[in-house]
Amino acid sequence: MREKILHIIEKNSRIDISELAIMLGASEIDVANELKSLEESGVICGYHTLINWEKTSIEKVSALIEVRVTPQRGQGFDSIAERIYNYPEVNAVYLISGGYDLLVSLEGKSLKEVSTFVTDKLSTLDTVLSTATHFILKKYKDHGTILDSKKPDTREKVMA
Amino acid sequence: MRNPISDRVVGIKPSGIRKFFDVVSEMPDAISLGVGEPDFDTPWHIRDEGIYSLEKGRTFYTSNSGLMELRKEICNYLHRKYDLTYNAKDQVLITVGGSEGIDMALRSMINPGDEVIIPQPSYVSYEPCAILANATPVIINLKAENDFRLTAEELKAAITDKTKVLIMPFPNNPTGAVMEKKDLIEIAKVVIENDIYVLSDEIYSELTYTEEGHVSIASLEGMAERTIVINGFSKAFAMTGWRLGYACGPKEIIAQMTKIHQFAIMCAPTTSQYAAIEALKNGDDDVREMVEAYNQRRRYLLHVFKEMNLPCFEPFGAFYIFPCIKEFGMSSDEFATRFLREKKVAVVPGTAFGDSGEGFLRISYAYSIDDLKEAIGRLKEFIDRLRAEKAE
Repeated sequence: MREKILHIIEKNSRIDISELAIMLGASEIDVANELKSLEESGVICGYHTLINWEKTSIEKVSALIEVRVTPQRGQGFDSIAERIYNYPEVNAVYLISGGYDLLVSLEGKSLKEVSTFVTDKLSTLDTVLSTATHFILKKYKDHGTILDSKKPDTREKVMA
Repeated sequence: MRNPISDRVVGIKPSGIRKFFDVVSEMPDAISLGVGEPDFDTPWHIRDEGIYSLEKGRTFYTSNSGLMELRKEICNYLHRKYDLTYNAKDQVLITVGGSEGIDMALRSMINPGDEVIIPQPSYVSYEPCAILANATPVIINLKAENDFRLTAEELKAAITDKTKVLIMPFPNNPTGAVMEKKDLIEIAKVVIENDIYVLSDEIYSELTYTEEGHVSIASLEGMAERTIVINGFSKAFAMTGWRLGYACGPKEIIAQMTKIHQFAIMCAPTTSQYAAIEALKNGDDDVREMVEAYNQRRRYLLHVFKEMNLPCFEPFGAFYIFPCIKEFGMSSDEFATRFLREKKVAVVPGTAFGDSGEGFLRISYAYSIDDLKEAIGRLKEFIDRLRAEKAE
C-alpha cells in the first residue's frame, strides 16, 4: 500500500484521505496512519505546487550552476553543500559525479539578482574553485509534468 | 436497375451504438462515459519504436502471418502470462485488431447451418460475423444474478447437434464480468463432452482485477486443441489506433485463417508490428501502471454507486461497469437518451450489446478520476431527479 500511496500523491498531493482509501480498497484509518508514518519518517518531505511562472506576470529567472569545490578533510562535500543550500534563493543542491561537484538550482527575480548571488556569494566561498552558470530559457517539462500541455480528448465519444 | 445490395448484409442490424453516436456527434459540449478505448496514450517507448521503423524505411509488407520476431514474442508472452504454448511458425497469425481474428476464425470453422453460441451481453461483432460466415447464431442471455458469468447449465441448454463453436467473451465488454478458473473448468467439461470448439476473445485479458488474474480457457487440459485465442495490443498497451491483434490456435485452423487473411488483408500494418515487438519486450511496467489506475477508478465507481443506491455487481475485468437502472421504469435506451439530453453525458445503453442488456448501462472508466467525478456528479443529479419525480 505504501508504494501505491506514494505513486498517487506524487502526482496529486491534494487528494483527500477518504478518496485515497476508496481507490486503494483500504480503510481510511490505515491510509491516514500510513501517511502519518511516511511524513514522520521523512519519506514525504512536503506537499508542493507545480507552478508555471511563465504564465503569470511575475518575473522569475532560473539558473543551474555547476560548482567545482575542494572537499574538506573529515567533512567531504557536506559542509560546503550546507553553506550553499542555506541561502533561501537556492532551490536545490545535488552532489554530482563527473566533471564538477555540485549542481545548484537557483531562482531569482532577475538576471542581475542571480549573477550577483554567483559573483558575490557563491564564488567567494573559500572552497569554491570555479562556477559555470546556465540560465534556463524555457521549461518544457518539470517534475514529470509537461507544462502547457492540455490535450483535448479526441477519442470517439461512444464506441463499442 | 438491379438491386446492388446483398440481402444477407442488409439483414444485419446496424450496431445499436450507431444511433447514439449520431445524437452525441450533434452535441459537441457533451461529456462522455461511453468510450471503448484506454485514455492513456501509447507509452512513448512503443511509439518511438514505430517512428524508428519508419525512419529506417521499414515500409514494406511483412509475411502474411506477420513478422516472425513478433510472433515469437507473442508466444513468449502468452507462455509467461497465461501458461499457453504455441509454435510461432504455424500457430500464430498477426491480425488487424482482434476484430479481424474473430471474423476469420468464424469463417474458417463454419459450414452453412452450423450453430455458433454467443453469450450476451457481449461485444457487437460476434453475431454479424457469425451470420456473414453462414452460421446460425444461438444467443445465451447471461444473467445479472450470476454476475454475468456463463454457467455450464446455460451452455448445455444451448447446445444442439448443430453446435460448432462457442464464443467466450471474457473479460467481458460491456459487463466487466470475468470467468475464474473454477468457472472455466465447468465450461471446458461441457465443451469437450459435446466436441465443440471455442473462440475465446481475450482482448481484455491484461485488465483483470482478481487475485488469480486472467485464466485462458485454452490453458485447461484438452482445450488448446479446440480453442482459438483472440488477443491484441489495443487494450493492454493502449494501442487501439495501431490496429494490431493476433489469433493463436490449432495449426489446421490458423492455416485456413491465414489463407483468408492473405487474400483479404495481405498483412497487418508493418509499423504497428515493429512497435508491438517493443511493447511485448519492455511494456510490462506500463501495463502494471495502467491496470493499477483502472483498478483505482473501478473501486471509486463501485463506491459511489453504492452511495447512490444504484445496484451494480462488482466487475473484475475490462474497464466497464454495468449498473442496473430497472428501478426507474424506463428502457436503457430511454434512460441513456434522456441522460444525454438533460445532463449532456453519453453512456451506452446495455441493449447495444444484446437484449439481455436491457435495464443496464455500460459505463466506461477509461477516464481520469477528475473526469469521472464530473460525469458521475451529473448522473447523481439525474437519478435524484428521477427518484423525486417517481415519489411525487
